[in-house]
Amino acid sequence: MENMINLTIDGISVSVPEGSTVLEAARAAHINIPTLCYLKDVQQIGACRLCLVEIEKARGLSAACVMPVSEGMVVRTNTPKLRRQRRVNLELLLASHNRECTSCVRSENCELQALCREYGVKEYPYDGAKKETSVDTASPCVIRDNSKCINCRRCIAMCNNVQQIGAIGVSKRGFKTKIGPIYDRSLADTPCVNCGQCIVACPVGALHERESIDDVWAAISDSEKYVVVQPAPAVRASIGEEFGLPMGVAQTGRLAAALRRLGFDKVFDTNFGADLTIIEEGTELIERLGSKDAALPMITSCSPGWISYCEKFFPEFIPNLSSCKSPHEMEGAMVKSYFAEKMGIDPESIVVVSVMPCTAKKYEAARPELGRDGMQDVDYVLTVRELAKMIKQAGIDFAKLPEEKFDDLLGESTGAADIFGATGGVMEAALRTVYEKVTGKTLEKVDFTAVRGTEGIKEATVDLDGKEVRVAVASGTANAKKLLESVKNGEKTYHFIEIMCCPGGCVTGGGQPIVSSKDLQYIDLKAVRAKALYDEDKNKKLRKSHENPEVIAIYKDFLGEPGGHKAHELLHTTYTAKPKY
Amino acid sequence: MALTKEQIAEKTEELKKFIAENKNMPGPLMPIMQFAQEKFGYLSLETQILIADSLGIPVTEVYGVATFYAQFSLNPKGDNVISVCQGTACYVKGGAKVLAKVEEQLGITSNQTTPDGKFTIQDTRCLGCCGLAPVMTINEDVYGKLTPEMIPDILAKY
Repeated sequence: MENMINLTIDGISVSVPEGSTVLEAARAAHINIPTLCYLKDVQQIGACRLCLVEIEKARGLSAACVMPVSEGMVVRTNTPKLRRQRRVNLELLLASHNRECTSCVRSENCELQALCREYGVKEYPYDGAKKETSVDTASPCVIRDNSKCINCRRCIAMCNNVQQIGAIGVSKRGFKTKIGPIYDRSLADTPCVNCGQCIVACPVGALHERESIDDVWAAISDSEKYVVVQPAPAVRASIGEEFGLPMGVAQTGRLAAALRRLGFDKVFDTNFGADLTIIEEGTELIERLGSKDAALPMITSCSPGWISYCEKFFPEFIPNLSSCKSPHEMEGAMVKSYFAEKMGIDPESIVVVSVMPCTAKKYEAARPELGRDGMQDVDYVLTVRELAKMIKQAGIDFAKLPEEKFDDLLGESTGAADIFGATGGVMEAALRTVYEKVTGKTLEKVDFTAVRGTEGIKEATVDLDGKEVRVAVASGTANAKKLLESVKNGEKTYHFIEIMCCPGGCVTGGGQPIVSSKDLQYIDLKAVRAKALYDEDKNKKLRKSHENPEVIAIYKDFLGEPGGHKAHELLHTTYTAKPKY
Repeated sequence: MALTKEQIAEKTEELKKFIAENKNMPGPLMPIMQFAQEKFGYLSLETQILIADSLGIPVTEVYGVATFYAQFSLNPKGDNVISVCQGTACYVKGGAKVLAKVEEQLGITSNQTTPDGKFTIQDTRCLGCCGLAPVMTINEDVYGKLTPEMIPDILAKY
């Protein structure tokens, strides 16, 4: 039993575990103390001075996010002095802030803007020197606009502590304090793996993705182009949030309907590509397990942030990476070969657009390894946020849409594909297929619960008819680092590892809808969005990738054998070690 | 003075040894950076990467500390280090005009080094000889009661 501490907040008695902060205790009293630099489980440094509270017998005002509770403490969170002080602190932040809200990517979804509204900021009494306004646009994925930066350091906590990448930091001091890469470099010239976690951590508009909205509209309007779209598994888990629909409910049918109404010529599903990936990756795993000199453990290759991380931080593991392209790249390759051939369309005229929960996929789509005959497998990548903007621009009332299906040929999927978007999902999907391929028996219990859940590292041992297969799952690059180091120093041995770059997997990827730090105090976003995908899986009749009828057909009609010559040419790729700087 | 390849290799070994001896002490970053600053006269990107990798921290953290404190320099110092005092006494006596003249003559601004590596202008507050204001030092030489007109002749000596 934890030691409980009793205190009073605004006259309300609360009892919270010892070690809680005043901010956490206030939540128990249903009081929201405003914050800007605080991000639950990521950063609490008491820097922004928005969470100031009055504590009886304490000297001065205290920052609630770092102040531990004590027995008999009397806290006040809403006094004239506090309201005035918070407003002054906001006004001081605004003094050097680029206040062009109307053209800002985060307008209406900006924590600074929301607080200014709440605290009644009506003027800019401290209008003074502005910070330099250079915008870093050289990265293929992440744009940094320091004129909007409020030095809260949430991006740094995400990059350095949670992900342990260290691409951005703080330099200089005082008014010259600057958030960004060393020597004013571009993010493109740092160890950045394009995960975009800095974007979803940012309370304002200082970080956002490189947008492809205009390119995609142009392609749709071009009568010479045949434009095909495909959304990733994790997109259905979150897109509803952008339109006020409840969190944790998949919107698969409305997503398909919305994409069709945007004017895409074909609405396929990356889920099909995910099922195809399992066939290729499962075959590769079985081959590696049966070979004496193949590199083990085999590590999944679906996550482009993880691939960049491996290439930059752990190049010694490149031979362990599955040679499989990621699902949307496989899907793109099939659109420009199998589908084009079948429909008699010139592949040069096809534009493949992927909707991804990810910013790193923008970089991946441009990798020279991922295309052939001068064509990229995927032409444009939109984040979920970009897709939501397009749907809004088109005036589509998403919440009222009927539920539609994806188009035939490359649109069918099994439940195994849905769970690709959550940490452990690719592993579970692969195990369902590998089990049946290796043992020749029907897998009755398809749920591998040991690899489910939001923990950063998970392990399991799977019995494949007498042969034990040891597997591990990591999400977030810091966890990947920990896991790979334990493999490197011989402490652990595995046959198969799944790694996703973002903590929690794609459901909490860098391209997902941004949830405010206030809301994040109350929900476990990773678990809530993952639930949407596991529900999709549970409700599907087919739950094993090798049972997907369109996948069976594509091997029969076009690809030949899984892992065969044609499959290798179209569905597999290579990796290269890359410098961090 | 620019370091030769051999000198850099030798100093790098010394730095590695110092890091190995001190990395487990509490708060090892500052002493290690101070050691490197003293050895090399500045902290190159290579030196910062070496320190970061040895301590298992991101380079951004080393760079952050290096740019926070004035005692660290990111650029090699020139053969002659010029400090033009901008402390209160020198400032009211026209120190800013003296600094402007030095900058104009050398074509660089404060905290920069001339492309030929001959001069570095260092950001300077009080030099502790306010009676001589406005004052500047070049290496160990002190020049007091300056006017901008005196600067070209003084620089010509170096």
